[in-house]
Amino acid sequence: MREEAEIIRQEYLRHDKKFPHVWCPGCGNGIVMGALLRATHNLKLSKDEIVLASGIGCSGRMPTYIDFNTVHTTHGRSLTFATGIKLANPELSVISVMGDGDATAIGGNHFIHAARRNINITAIIINNSTYGMTGGQYSPTTPYGSKSTTSVYGHVEHAFSIAELAVTAGASFVGRGTVYHASHLDKLIGQAITKRGFSVVEVISNCHVQHGRRNKLGGAVEMMQSFKNNAVTVGKAEKMTTEEMEDKFTIGILADIDKPISTEEYRRINRQAERDADKVVKAKVKNGVKRYEE
Amino acid sequence: MVKKIKKTLQEPSGSEEQSPDPEKGNGYWETHKKKKGTLFDVSFFYDWCKACGLCASLCPRKIILNDPLGRPYIEDMDRCSGCRFCVIHCPDFAITVKERFADRRRSTDEE
Ligand SMILES: Cc1ncc(C[n+]2csc(CCOP(=O)(O)OP(=O)(O)O)c2C)c(N)n1
Ligand code: SF4
Ligand code: SF4
Ligand code: SF4
Repeated sequence: MREEAEIIRQEYLRHDKKFPHVWCPGCGNGIVMGALLRATHNLKLSKDEIVLASGIGCSGRMPTYIDFNTVHTTHGRSLTFATGIKLANPELSVISVMGDGDATAIGGNHFIHAARRNINITAIIINNSTYGMTGGQYSPTTPYGSKSTTSVYGHVEHAFSIAELAVTAGASFVGRGTVYHASHLDKLIGQAITKRGFSVVEVISNCHVQHGRRNKLGGAVEMMQSFKNNAVTVGKAEKMTTEEMEDKFTIGILADIDKPISTEEYRRINRQAERDADKVVKAKVKNGVKRYEE
Repeated sequence: MVKKIKKTLQEPSGSEEQSPDPEKGNGYWETHKKKKGTLFDVSFFYDWCKACGLCASLCPRKIILNDPLGRPYIEDMDRCSGCRFCVIHCPDFAITVKERFADRRRSTDEE
């Protein structure tokens, strides 16, 4: 019997691409990729019915390595391409993987409006609190006071929380996980893919090379340990005070609601408009070609 | 079992309703209900391993050690519980944990 890890390695990875992948040793992106592959494998989706779109950034490299239908698009526009793909072929499972800068800085507007419109796609946002690829500039999720190449004295702005933003913007499913809680992440991603509507999974990940090193957070191992210590499940967090929750974050499902999906509504209206147009033409033909021509 | 997995991989499963519920937990660490006394073999694929040290630090039994270059190795293989915590945390897909069979049958379907 083949191990699941072997199946994933043999059947889901593109071996003609350069492996080992480009990510730094211990980078959380690889763990998220593993979780995504296990989730799709466990859902028994065929590789041909999944589309993986990404933007630019370290996280954007992910589709290069996975043998789904993949598009590596421009910075921040992963969701726009994904929307187009979903509209063109609603049968496909469309997944968009983005970095925190990709999804909430340059692509922030696309993100909130995709959530508001409730398009039936899955967004996986790898939040490593920095712009990893370009050398560690601050991103919208860099915590106040953190050092980065563009905030050498400590960041003066405040971060926002991606998952909570997605909830208020109207996403159908919002979950948050970390790369330490990898098996929990599998399930979250699986649920997000099965969910009908816009689903968001924010993954707290480590960029120890650009963010960890500058802020003395240690290497991959130490950052992983801090995720373990600081993550609180949604249920537990309800019983904790705001002081206790300081420096901590919740993991689990933050929102799971059912509401109409705009892409489906759009198709329905399209069909209705076609039928109405047909009726008008038929009526005109019935009333005489002369009047129809007028 | 392999056949079954292969079949499900090839079959497009169609609509989302047919998909199993991930809530019910079909992650493989749950499907591998361990028999008492089962032994495991852990192998590292050194061509892909980047010696990040995650597996060694996260192994609940602390049996993964690092050589001076940081590459992982295991001396006391029999103590491995088969939890596969190292597998799911390896960012480079470089670890395989397999049940150990006395008759070495497993060598037939190796990569
Ligand atoms: C239009 C455009 N603007 C800027 C860039 C430069 N750029 C490339 S990657 C990146 C940041 C990516 O950061 P993030 O999305 O957080 O991903 P990470 O690398 O951290 O995974 C930027 C600003 C670009 N490629 N295209
Ligand atoms: S720069 Fe950061 S995000 Fe990019 S591969 Fe390295 S650790 Fe990962
Ligand atoms: S986690 Fe993977 S890449 Fe890192 S040291 Fe272990 S085997 Fe190597
Ligand atoms: S399977 Fe579990 S016990 Fe065995 S080496 Fe991996 S983490 Fe350690």
